[in-house]
Amino acid sequence: MVEDVEFTSYYGRPIVKAPPWGHEIALYLFLGGLAGGSTLLGLGAQFTDRPGLRIASRMTAITATGVGGAALVADLGRPERFINMMRVVKVSSPMSLGTWILSGFGVGAGVTFAIELDRVTGEKLLPLGPLRRLLHAMETPAALESALFATPLAAYTAVLLGDTAVPTWNAAGRNGLPYVFVSSASLAAGGAAMALAPVRETGPARLLALMGAAGDVVAMDRMKKRMHPAEVDPMEEGEPGHKLHRAETLLIAGAVGAAAVEVGARVFAKKLDGGAGSGSGLGAGSGLGSGRRSWKTRAVLRAVSVVSGAALAAASAYTRFGMLEAGIDSTKDPRHVVEPQRARREARRAAGITDDSITTGV
Amino acid sequence: MSAPTRDGGAIADGHWHDTTHHRKGFFTDTSICIGCKACEVACKEWNRNPQDGTFELLGSSYDNTGSLGANTWRHVAFIEQDSERIEKARESGRKLVNLGMPSIRPRTDESAGAQPLDGALGAAASGSSGTAGDANGLPSTPPLGIDLLAPGALEPSDPENIAALDTTPPDTADFRWLMSSDVCKHCTHAGCLDVCPTGALFRTEFDTVVVQNDVCNGCGTCVAGCPFGVIERRDDGTINTPTDRDDRKAADMDVPNKNTANKCTLCYDRLVEGQEPACAQTCPTQSIKFGDRDDMVSQAHARVADLHAKGLTEARLYGANPNDGVGGTGSVFLLLDEPEVYGLPPDPRVATKDLPGMFASAGVAALGMVAAAGLAFLGSRR
Repeated sequence: MVEDVEFTSYYGRPIVKAPPWGHEIALYLFLGGLAGGSTLLGLGAQFTDRPGLRIASRMTAITATGVGGAALVADLGRPERFINMMRVVKVSSPMSLGTWILSGFGVGAGVTFAIELDRVTGEKLLPLGPLRRLLHAMETPAALESALFATPLAAYTAVLLGDTAVPTWNAAGRNGLPYVFVSSASLAAGGAAMALAPVRETGPARLLALMGAAGDVVAMDRMKKRMHPAEVDPMEEGEPGHKLHRAETLLIAGAVGAAAVEVGARVFAKKLDGGAGSGSGLGAGSGLGSGRRSWKTRAVLRAVSVVSGAALAAASAYTRFGMLEAGIDSTKDPRHVVEPQRARREARRAAGITDDSITTGV
Repeated sequence: MSAPTRDGGAIADGHWHDTTHHRKGFFTDTSICIGCKACEVACKEWNRNPQDGTFELLGSSYDNTGSLGANTWRHVAFIEQDSERIEKARESGRKLVNLGMPSIRPRTDESAGAQPLDGALGAAASGSSGTAGDANGLPSTPPLGIDLLAPGALEPSDPENIAALDTTPPDTADFRWLMSSDVCKHCTHAGCLDVCPTGALFRTEFDTVVVQNDVCNGCGTCVAGCPFGVIERRDDGTINTPTDRDDRKAADMDVPNKNTANKCTLCYDRLVEGQEPACAQTCPTQSIKFGDRDDMVSQAHARVADLHAKGLTEARLYGANPNDGVGGTGSVFLLLDEPEVYGLPPDPRVATKDLPGMFASAGVAALGMVAAAGLAFLGSRR
């Protein structure tokens, strides 16, 4: 297909420019996914009566939203003008849609957080008065509202990167980056919940994380195979390559750990239940007979859960940092721009399409 | 956006339908650029653009500017080429002509000029090896002042008589200097404009693309959206000029519109007053032409046909095709080699074209995530 990959560049200088996006944006990619996935877990936990998972997920979601939003504003050239994002709703701009998605998500996440905070503080801290009943009545609508925006929040960042002239991002976006990012969001949220909530309640988090891990590996592999080699190179070389490789290692380790905890939780289900009492995650021991031994089992499972959950969340973070930096690296050498573009032009010409080149002989 | 362009008319996205203005544009004919950089200077002065870099020599022929950016809206590229490169450029240009595009109609004068050239160019290629006999086969193409390959042309028989030699730089077939003044393309489908989340970038009544610096919040999305690497956030590279003299302090350079996106406005402020852009007005060779975009494109077509008739098959147009990845550019160029030689992308494509597909896969991915979460809870019922 490619007849002549050699080309003369202009003194090796970049053709496209990297956006001025630093670690803040990579952090936001991670936190946006984490917030979205956590909200889904929080909603499910509310409906299936898992208070520990519900509280942990909602606290994670609001923290991630707050820190992520602050990171976005901090990365602006003129942070004081962040509100200008709200001037327009623009379908052709993923950044514009993303701002609205994040805002919509933040409303529900904020309300559910306020409810959880009020509960945790024994309905005393917040001076709500008669509004307290109204606030608590909002729980399900708010949880559903934020869940509605949760998956778009996890997925749109892939389109944000894809809808650019940055060769690696654009090629990734066209070849399944959204699948990588929602998978990454799933394992981040699952991992965070595994680390923060009791083992007894985090079954759904483990399953979500495991599905996310499988999805991440498959989608990443398929995406790379469909991209032009010159677009994949920045994902395998240098610092971004290291990060994505580290992400893969952590992901596999975390997934193995999560699977082990899941098996353990099912095998020792009785011990877990016996030790923790019913309904309350704080656990007032009811089965005194096997209390001591089940305590050890619980501690081991919890430790493995925390470690593997943290590994999964870290894997997600490394994936996001790796993808962001790979794109920025792909703008530095014009090879990543020229080779795929020439290849696609030649492919079109070979297919008989000769009327759409920017360079014309007449 | 990426709507198909109507009948080759290159209707820009966001085109003002009730305007009496025609779409404006540049035609930059690099074949007559002399590399004086007056356009760079005029642009800097008129737009009060701050200094770029630290005056270091970049080691790239006479180009010490580097590239287009937040503070540099015209950039003159310098490329030095030997006969091998020239021959390659001719060859690639000829391939373009022979592609048989629908819009190409065989020109009798052109084919007449090109036929003898084919044989002659073959001789020119071997002529680079330096044997004397090949010189006879050189094409009788552009005005050859003296023939460097002819025996004795560079070797004065009498060293004392050197002053009598004609030292006019020859326009030879074995060396050439490409100079090209690059600028914002003011695309029909502008990537920067599409992705701007604040509406700071807008389409003017002249169908050009301009940043409103009092609206831009410097998010940088447009920088990634431009397939030509033109627009940039003005944050680094803005420095004060150092001075060695004690009695004079380095004046603080006025850096307007700091930390917002900046690029060529096609001198919007001059256009609304009926003036032409500063670079076009100052260009001493009319390499930079300004006018209605339709006129610019027809001038470009005429010029490239003219050069082909003279045997310069390396001449080609860049941005004149409304079917290309950006719907044609407002700034059309005549180049003498492949675009990548000048630092231009060979097949740019506005990313917005990929957006519907990306939204579709993001939608499927989002639904998949909902399904995964549902399965996760179903799978761990107690």
